[in-house]
Amino acid sequence: MATANVVTGEQYNYEVIRKFTIMTLVWGAVGMLVGVYIASELAFPFLNFDIPYITFGRLRPVHTGAVIFGFGGSALFATSYYIVQRTCQTRLFGTGAANFTFWGWQAIIVLAALGDVLGHSQGREYAEMEWPIDLLIEVVWVTYMVVFIGTLMRRKQPHIYVANWFYLSFILATALLHTFNNLAVPISLFSMKSYSLFSGVQDAMTEWWYGHNAVGFFLTAAFLGMMYYFVPKQAGKPVYSYRLSIVHFWALSFMYMWAGAHHLHWTAVPDWTSTLAATFSIMLLLPSWGGMINGIMTLSGAWDKLRTDPIMRFLIVALSFYGMSTFEGPMMSLKDVNALSHYTDWTVGHVHSGALGWVAMISFGSLYHMLPRLWNTEMHSTKLINVHFWLATIGVLMYITAMWISGIMQGLMWRAFDDYGNLQYSFAESVAAMHPFYVMRALGGAFFLAGMVVMCYNMAMTIRKGNTDGSLAVAAA
Amino acid sequence: MEWLLWFTKFENTKPLALLIFFTVFCGILLYLYGSRSRGQRLEEYKNIPLQDEDKKEAQS
Repeated sequence: MATANVVTGEQYNYEVIRKFTIMTLVWGAVGMLVGVYIASELAFPFLNFDIPYITFGRLRPVHTGAVIFGFGGSALFATSYYIVQRTCQTRLFGTGAANFTFWGWQAIIVLAALGDVLGHSQGREYAEMEWPIDLLIEVVWVTYMVVFIGTLMRRKQPHIYVANWFYLSFILATALLHTFNNLAVPISLFSMKSYSLFSGVQDAMTEWWYGHNAVGFFLTAAFLGMMYYFVPKQAGKPVYSYRLSIVHFWALSFMYMWAGAHHLHWTAVPDWTSTLAATFSIMLLLPSWGGMINGIMTLSGAWDKLRTDPIMRFLIVALSFYGMSTFEGPMMSLKDVNALSHYTDWTVGHVHSGALGWVAMISFGSLYHMLPRLWNTEMHSTKLINVHFWLATIGVLMYITAMWISGIMQGLMWRAFDDYGNLQYSFAESVAAMHPFYVMRALGGAFFLAGMVVMCYNMAMTIRKGNTDGSLAVAAA
Repeated sequence: MEWLLWFTKFENTKPLALLIFFTVFCGILLYLYGSRSRGQRLEEYKNIPLQDEDKKEAQS
């Protein structure tokens, strides 16, 4: 194993990472603001104002696009470029190509949002973008792959650290998912509309193969890459077991691909497909919890850091939410549980315990670790990091509690019969019963957004006092 | 080429896939935990993130 540090004189490319980091903050604030607004629209429908551009149906994909691809995607570009350079101890391959991924990715987020607001959608979840934008995504993503693999190939460190495996699987899987989910024939060269190559149940299965693996590889594997680097760094201790991380990687990579059809229980999907998906979802619990335990046990012997270090708190709470949502997911994939939970707010709550609790929290912790190093300074205020932590934690707990109550109540009301075998409640009655929990959800989202705004302020002040000269100087061996 | 038709039947390919993937998984486990010296070498890789400190960071 190589023990040499970075080659003297070699420089890391931090410029593109800084740009992605800033846009992570921007898209986080914008995406969460839109999220709070559409949550408020559900609680108070007058907020639609009869303006088609801001109705729930159009703003919802703006929200998901901005937080998943804008916030999450930019965070992944930034951290993957940071980690791959530092663990391979080499400069990023292709400066121009890396810059192209930045401008291309930002253009995609803006174009997708504009398309959503103007009513252009191909109606596929998390893939609403019409074909011209899909082609742009393809080009940017292949460039990203070239930059990442090119950097791996010029590494000074003989071994490729496991975080990079997770990032690489995310890049490869996303390329496959995006390509096959969006196979379509445009109506004409100058029309935004296109016909999907698939129809009927194949279309549904393709969409949820994409949708679930977007969660599995974009929102899980990639952020695990973040976890495997930033948790040990912040703890100042190596990961608990490297071999467990390898089992985690292979088991997760293999099993996720089969689980998508659990989104389609009790539909026209063949029963064996449904059962297969549920089986793999249950098996996924093992690698997921193995990884969670691996991350949390990294802190073994240094638990006191949780009392003093708010960044560590972000990272460990993120892992706890990872463990919780990867228990809840397999449980919800069971056909009998799904019969109650499907189409209800329970699903929305589950998604957000993963998205806010895991994805956003691990990103916050990682950014708080990384940003001062990018600008060669220290964080403006540790106190504000703590404030952010509590706002985010209270927000996510309020959000998921509201959705659990609302979702289970919905499911129970929809299946309730009276003594004569008629449905006991009308649909409108179930909507009215959900109202207080929709208000509570919007409030939870507002807490989370407030934390994000505090983070943006703290980061802006940190950047103002930082400089970009010193950080270009790399470690001397 | 008729033998290729064997692969078109789910009754055949499902257990075959199970056999292949289960064997590969067992192989990975054996590779990771089957040898003490290899295990030690693999565990050493976990220190890679801690080796990238620059002087200033290491001092702080």
